[in-house]
Amino acid sequence: MGEMPKLQIEKVFKVFSQRGREILAIENISLQIKNKEFTTILGPSGCGKSTLLRIVAGLTKPTQGVVRLDGKVVSGPGQDRGMVFQSYTLFPWLTVKENIQFGLELSGMEKSKQEEIVQEFIEKVGLKGFEGAYPKELSGGMKQRVAIARALANNPDILLLDEPFGALDAQTRSLMQELLTQVWEDLHKTILFVTHDVEEAIFLSDRVFVMTARPGKIKAEIEIPLERPRNYEMKSSEAFINLKKQALALIREEAIKATQNKVN
Amino acid sequence: MGSFLRRLKDHFNPREPISPGLYLSLSFAGLALVMMVWSLLTYGGFISPLFLPSPGNVLNAGWEQFLKFGFTNDILMSTYRVMAGFLIAAILGVPLGLLMGTFKAVEAFVEPLIGFIRYMPASAFIPLFILWLGIGDVEKIAIIFVGSFFQLVLMVAVVATGVPKEMIETAYTLGAKRIQVIRKVLLPASLPGILDTLRIIVGWAWTYIIVAELVAAESGIGYMIINAQRMLQTGSIIFGILVIGVLGIITDYAFKWLHRWLFPWVET
Repeated sequence: MGEMPKLQIEKVFKVFSQRGREILAIENISLQIKNKEFTTILGPSGCGKSTLLRIVAGLTKPTQGVVRLDGKVVSGPGQDRGMVFQSYTLFPWLTVKENIQFGLELSGMEKSKQEEIVQEFIEKVGLKGFEGAYPKELSGGMKQRVAIARALANNPDILLLDEPFGALDAQTRSLMQELLTQVWEDLHKTILFVTHDVEEAIFLSDRVFVMTARPGKIKAEIEIPLERPRNYEMKSSEAFINLKKQALALIREEAIKATQNKVN
Repeated sequence: MGSFLRRLKDHFNPREPISPGLYLSLSFAGLALVMMVWSLLTYGGFISPLFLPSPGNVLNAGWEQFLKFGFTNDILMSTYRVMAGFLIAAILGVPLGLLMGTFKAVEAFVEPLIGFIRYMPASAFIPLFILWLGIGDVEKIAIIFVGSFFQLVLMVAVVATGVPKEMIETAYTLGAKRIQVIRKVLLPASLPGILDTLRIIVGWAWTYIIVAELVAAESGIGYMIINAQRMLQTGSIIFGILVIGVLGIITDYAFKWLHRWLFPWVET
């Protein structure tokens, strides 16, 4: 059998009611994520990938099925599953340092230990010198670096990222992807990442699950055997391009289905 | 002429900014225009002073009010009543509004009642409150309270509802318990909006106090105004109205300054 999976998603269904109509968002998804693995869920918009991540986070209840973290059933949000959203989540009344400290303070950790951890993560995400800045003074990329540092400083068992770079421009996005791989290669946290960007999914992950258009199911699983540490130059390597072609073909089919769904 | 029109057109681009110098000049020009028309009508003898006294007359009347009739005391009395009613409304209304915006159960319990009462004009309660509470300060403060409280609760509830859901969810994923989400996220996130609400409400409170003092009072700005009317001192009436305007503007600026001082982190 080998080691126990870190995260198990078992036969999860999600039905939303909208104006009296029932909409099947997720249909029977099962997957397993290994310890210290970087896994991405790739899917067209509206496929339910964010909903799946929210179910793992405990922010949305599945209609059927369970999620287990280290064998324990997830029943609500908790600090063992850190989350980074696409937008709006830094606390604007707290400085960079206080934002990163937020979870540590809740845990009642000793002050000096808190300071130490905060400093460590500020350096990891390259925000030295911005400790006292308010979120309004930061660029979009810097805000997301704080959000990632804040989630990681809390030392979660798994880090969940919901299109965290979706609102950034292409250049910043690329830099943030590199930063995230560096942080991951350094800490080896188990990460579950959600995106609709094929290149992003391949560049970051060990394994990519491609989802279908609504109702969301797992369509394919792609191993990404690219060596680590990774850098941006690999995006133009032959191996990368072949993986990209493979994933693009899969996701294109689904994107076309998704547009047809909307017409109906 | 053609070029003048073209230049004029340049200053009327929808929502585009204009130079700060032009902005300031136009602000002054607006005020100056009103003063000019007022002066022209009165000093030019087009209108009887009984209906509209000249600016100089109004200032004189005001000066007299201060020196001979103890207008300072009236201002202090009105300010005291406004602040007392407003503070009581705020102390009770802010927590209730926050609870209402946070918990659907509280909203369901309170909203229909408050939504109904807030459409009743505060001034319509004056006869009732005189009957219940007499014509002293308590009655005036009660009017202010009724005029402010119900609006305030609803507006604070809207502020609390406006806190982004993701912010609350992030707090949960960082290990916050329910009470911590309220204390450490909902409350601080709502504070700037609450202060804005208080600023708007205190402006309304100033309008209610005058109505309350016009009906039955022995002191206050409204009392001075109604007295001046009985003696046909039009200048004093206008002066009284202007003083209320000035007090309103001072309160407004005090709140704006407080906002900037307390919440330097707010995105503008």
